[in-house]
Parts: sequence; structure tokens; C-alpha cells
Amino acid sequence: MNPAPIAPVMPAAIFALTLALLLLAPLAIAGVALINTGLGRSRSAAQSLLGNLAIVAVTAIVFAVAGAAWAGTTGLVDHSFQLAGKPWNWLGAGRLMLGGFGSAPPQTQLALLFEFLAVALAALVPWGSGADRWRLSAGCASAAVLAAIVFPLMAHWVWGGGWLAQLGVNFGLGAGFVDGGGAATVHMLGGLSALAVVWIAGSRKGKFPKEGFSTALPGHNAAYVLFGCLLALVGWLAWNVAGAVIWLHAPLAALPATAVNTLLSASGSLAATFTVTRVRFGKPDASLCANGWLAGLVASSACAGLITPGQALFVGLVTGIATPLLVEVLELALSIDDPSGAISVHAVGGLLGLLAVGIFVSQEGQLVAQLVGIATLLGVILPLVYLLFRLLNRVVPFRVDPDGERIGMDLHELGGGAYPDFVIHRDESYR
Amino acid sequence: MKYAGLLVMPAGFFLTIAALILFPAPAPRAAFVVCGLAVELLGLAVAVRGHMEARGESRP
Repeated sequence: MNPAPIAPVMPAAIFALTLALLLLAPLAIAGVALINTGLGRSRSAAQSLLGNLAIVAVTAIVFAVAGAAWAGTTGLVDHSFQLAGKPWNWLGAGRLMLGGFGSAPPQTQLALLFEFLAVALAALVPWGSGADRWRLSAGCASAAVLAAIVFPLMAHWVWGGGWLAQLGVNFGLGAGFVDGGGAATVHMLGGLSALAVVWIAGSRKGKFPKEGFSTALPGHNAAYVLFGCLLALVGWLAWNVAGAVIWLHAPLAALPATAVNTLLSASGSLAATFTVTRVRFGKPDASLCANGWLAGLVASSACAGLITPGQALFVGLVTGIATPLLVEVLELALSIDDPSGAISVHAVGGLLGLLAVGIFVSQEGQLVAQLVGIATLLGVILPLVYLLFRLLNRVVPFRVDPDGERIGMDLHELGGGAYPDFVIHRDESYR
Repeated sequence: MKYAGLLVMPAGFFLTIAALILFPAPAPRAAFVVCGLAVELLGLAVAVRGHMEARGESRP
């Protein structure tokens, strides 16, 4: 067990600013929750929104009990081993139940608060992909697994002075793997977890009929989705600026540019998605445009604090072109039923942002460091999440029974719908 | 088939780690890291293919 390197001391004014930003960051969680709910069906809306809330609660409790100890932050103790003459810092060794949190240095407390919000957002991402068939108890159990095991590993490697963060010191790869706003730790992790959930829970009944193309099951409330996008913007601005202060140790003068880059990335992405869907379908598609906006925000999480405004706009444009095309490919070509588009938005948006750091940050070896981080997510985190979820599925079955899927998750799991005045129509696919 | 793909993905990861340890020079190190990623993408493709085949068999 070794003490990790100490982070620079944070002045009081920057501490206060960062704390205020972190108190705004949950708006990103609220935005994603609204998007998850709006892109699902009306007969599952209450279950979806309650699930979002429950997942935030479960992750907070589990992360406080155990996850935070293993995630660690810079300046706390850790577990390391030696390989090829280099130290490989692989796990935090803090105290369970947030022991010592109150007496920790201010920047350590801020880092932990950031991680609390990050784990909640990471666990919310797959919830949208499992909409209309993923049971509430299974969603909460999966969130607990993410908060206890998977997120702490990745957070320690990237933010807690772990081996990915030390790639620069140990192997001369730029500044090591860099992820200021959680593109890897939150979004790629969440997006890959969404893929695991979709593989395990399967597609919605009637989505892929035996004959012909997949059936369109559009989201039930575009207003929720688009308002969620606006809320997410506020949360993301706070999130990326706070991340730049905490993880990149950015000076005050660099913070407005971080916010501008976040906005430009999202705007460029929306413009590109708007154009692509306008060209392909004759009219812009609201839900795909929302996906594009969110993907731009996700991509900015990796790079907003490190690139120029022009580069941020370029990253947004590329993300906005890729997102709607990927949503289509996943559904039509690969038979992946992802109602919220989380795999395209969070996994691929995060990946593009992480690559942008490697391409645009002119430090020798930075691109290789970013590639190693991406390889870790694909080669370790995805198989690990799939294995854990597969085991969990034996204990707490993910998929609701056919009757539950027929009547809707609200009536089946909660006994009442989100919109009691509405008439629930029988699903044509059950005839 | 899906499991085979998911087993190939960690193999690609270990290739990237081996590249870091075995190749101090930047060019071969970068080349082997890219090869590791390519192996991971191959594993992902196999896993996705396995999912598609399983879906095709269970279509209503």
C-alpha cells in the first residue's frame, strides 16, 4: 500500500467556485433522466422516472459505503504492484463508509463529491437503454454493482492517481490518460454498460419481427426529451468547468473557454445531426437531434478544457454526423434495441472526445495514452460489466415477464400509470 | 460466439499493455497499441455477430 502523489493545494476562492458548480451539476442528471423517460413509452413513464431517482439513491449509498474507498482520490493511499520496474497503481485503499471524509483536504472532498455525481450519471445511462422491459429491482441492483465495483476501478485508474493517470510519468506518454469531465469514467462506462444490458435483457417485444424491417417504437414525449437537453446543458457547463478545476488543475483564466467549448461542441453536434436527419428523412428528427446535442456534450466532457473553440466545434460536427448514422446502424443492421440511443450517444460520443484530446493536444505520446485508456474500456470494462450483469441476471432477472411488458411497466411494477387519464391502447404486436 | 468475442477483447487489452512494457521506442509502441485495439474491435464484432445470430433464432 502506497501514499499517492499529493494534488496541488486549492485556494479558497476556487474551492468555493468549484463547490457552487458541483451543486449545479445534478442538472445534467435531471436532464438525462428526462431524456430517458421521454424516449420510452407512455405506459412505462412513471417506472422510468422512479428508476432514475432510485438509481441515484442506490449509487450514492453504495458508493459511500464501499465504492469511494476503492476509487480513492489523489493524495490518499492505494494498492500498487511492480511490473517491469514500474509501479502499477490499480486500486484505492481508503476507508469504508467515507471514513476520514470530514477531515480530508478540501480538494479531496470536492473530488469525492464529483465522483458521487459521476457514478450516479454513469449508472443512469444504461437505464434508458433498458426502457420498457428492464425491471426496477434489476436496474437498482445493476447500479449497485456499477457503484461498488466497476466505477471505482475506472475512477481510480483515471482520477485517483491510478496507472492510466500515471502513463505520462511511467512511460512518457504525454500527461497520461486525460479525462477532465468523465467522458471515459462516466459516459463510455455507462454506454458500454448499456450495451451489456441490451444484450442481456433483449429487445422489446415486437421490435424486430420475423419478417421485414424493425418496428419503430418512438419515444412518447419529445417535450421531455428536448427540455432534458436544455437542463443537461446547464449541468454539463458546470460539470466540465468543475472537472477542469479538479482533475486538470486548470487556472481561473481557462474556465470561460472550457464553458464556451462545451457549448460549441453541443451546438456543432446539433447542427450536424439536424442537417443529416433533414437530408436523410426530409425533415429534422427531434429525438435524433436530442441525441446529437447530448453526444456533443458527452464529447466535450473529454476535451473542453484542453482544446480551442474551433477544435471544439469540429469535434461537435464530427460527433453530430456520427450519432444519427450509428443509431440507425445499431438498430437496423445490428439488431440492437437501444430506446435512448445511449450506446451511440455516450459510448461513441465519449470515444470521439477522448480521441480528440489525443489528436489536438500537442504533447508527445498523448494520442497513445488516450488509445490505451480506450483499450482499457473495451478490453476490461465491457467484458467485466457483461460478466457481472450476466451473473446478476441469474439472481435478479433483468427482463420483465411477458405480461408485464404487455400492460406496461407502470401498471406491472407500480400499480398505476404516469398519465392515469390516458387510455392505454393494446399493442398491435400482441395480436 | 458472444462469449468468444468477449474473451478476445481482454486479449487485445493485454497486447496494449505488453506494447507499453516491451517497446520503449514510440513508433513500435504506438503500432502495437493500435494492434491491441484492432484485436478488441475484432472481439467486439464477433460478440455483436453472436448477438445478431441469437436474435435471429429467437424472433417471434
